[in-house]
Amino acid sequence: MDAREVRNDFPVLDQMVNGHPLTYLDNAATSQKPNQVIDELSRFFREDNANVHRSVHTLGERATVLYEGARAKVAELIGAPGPRGLIFTKSATESLNLIAYAWARHRLTEGDEIVTTAMEHHSNIVSWQLAAQDTGATIRAIPVNDGKTLDLEAFRAMLSPRTRIVTVAHVSNVLGTINPVAEIAAMAHEVGALVVCDGAQAVPHMPVDISALDCDFYVGTGHKMCAPTGIGFVWGRESILEEMDPFHGGGEMINDVWIDHSTYNEIPYKFEAGTPPFAEAVALGAAIDYLNGIGIKAIRDHEVELTKYGLQRLSEVPGLTIYGPTEAEEKGGVIAFNLGDVHAHDVGTILDTQGVAIRAGHHCAKPLMRTLGVPATARASFYLYNTHEEVDRLVEALGEVTRLFGVGR
Amino acid sequence: MSGLDELYKEVILDHYRSPRNRGKLDPSDFDLHRDNPLCGDEVHLFGVVEDGQLTGIAFEGKGCSISQASTSMMTEKVKGVSIAEAEELAKLFKSMMQGEVSPDPDKLGDLAALQGVQKYPVRIKCALLGWNTLLEGLKAYKEKQGS
Repeated sequence: MDAREVRNDFPVLDQMVNGHPLTYLDNAATSQKPNQVIDELSRFFREDNANVHRSVHTLGERATVLYEGARAKVAELIGAPGPRGLIFTKSATESLNLIAYAWARHRLTEGDEIVTTAMEHHSNIVSWQLAAQDTGATIRAIPVNDGKTLDLEAFRAMLSPRTRIVTVAHVSNVLGTINPVAEIAAMAHEVGALVVCDGAQAVPHMPVDISALDCDFYVGTGHKMCAPTGIGFVWGRESILEEMDPFHGGGEMINDVWIDHSTYNEIPYKFEAGTPPFAEAVALGAAIDYLNGIGIKAIRDHEVELTKYGLQRLSEVPGLTIYGPTEAEEKGGVIAFNLGDVHAHDVGTILDTQGVAIRAGHHCAKPLMRTLGVPATARASFYLYNTHEEVDRLVEALGEVTRLFGVGR
Repeated sequence: MSGLDELYKEVILDHYRSPRNRGKLDPSDFDLHRDNPLCGDEVHLFGVVEDGQLTGIAFEGKGCSISQASTSMMTEKVKGVSIAEAEELAKLFKSMMQGEVSPDPDKLGDLAALQGVQKYPVRIKCALLGWNTLLEGLKAYKEKQGS
């Protein structure tokens, strides 16, 4: 793939910001959208819009076919055995809350243990805290001892028959670490625990095969993979989903309703109460077609190349500290860094004046920030449309930080 | 002067590099820790009040240059003034940052340099962190005296 050609599909990239060409390196926060997705969303509203699953008319049928088609595309993309276990939500965060609410709250009891990790996004910590507060379960975290990877020896030591659920990011949104999910799942299954994997930073960027990971739940989100906001998903093992109570009550999730009780629809609809974000789901389907057209493997290879170049160029900047793995093959296209003792917010503001958009802050991962011993970091994150030239612009813009704050002098 | 130099004026960088009134006060009449949950700037402010005058003030903290410089300048400005005057200054500074009044160097001194932050709306809360902490500390002190 040629990133310079790919850029033509993304109209937002073609603009000046503060007098400089926009260099968008905040893809771990959200991705930009190609014309193919913007146009499909618009086309859907112009031609096919109708509520799904409950209309006998033609438009309702078209919308339903597209919505269910998107479900099948997501299932295929992540290597799920079929679409039945694939539930649409509004975000990866809602997906994690769904599992914590509909599974954990009904099954955990006092003394049970939930194992998360010290490198999780807040959504994969706080959702479980809420379930723990309601059930008396406790939360433990697999430590990140070297600032890069999970300590699996410590994990092994914390496993016991009381471990009920183990939840881990597939790819860290700060360090970029690709976690050994299959290994973790095998260890967790030995003690009978369920395994949840947060794929928000993996699915957009690399081939994912959940059958190889052998997790019990896998969650993701659309807006980080060229789709609109407001659409996410959770895949769950069908046998587990069948046993679970619903998440929300409302239309679509029922089979029959009386005043005092109801029977529930079959999966996945049991978990999709109310009108789902069907237009966004259809656009997610278009985004998956777009990404498949380029090739997820080709996107991964491009990001590895770019990350390798970024790590090399950034390591040449005096006073710059990089967090996380330093081998591009071992990580997603994310580079977290600090320049001298300059606060990441100052770095972010200065880069913005040069047209370079990065994230600065704690990245919704405050426990990880404490482990790293920093209040915040800057983070550059790549996607299919980023180029080597943009990495050069990032490095050049960091020169302004050095000039103003006198780093390395 | 570029927009960047307008934001990062030398006086701001000076206060960031060499913060004034840095440290702890023990005993103190108010002592509170506040942060910006979104960005992780932190300020821990200590104050000593004698006869309605803010005779002692010090801070510890970490964060961006704007949050730490603004707090450093604030401690210089409010040290030795009455509680009412300190509250008045805080209100004046907040109005300046929100673009409601133009800076008055006579009243605000070095703090007027922070006016450039106005152009970066996401950073205004960094500049206000120390001041909001001060207002909260003074309020808590007054409530304690009143009770």
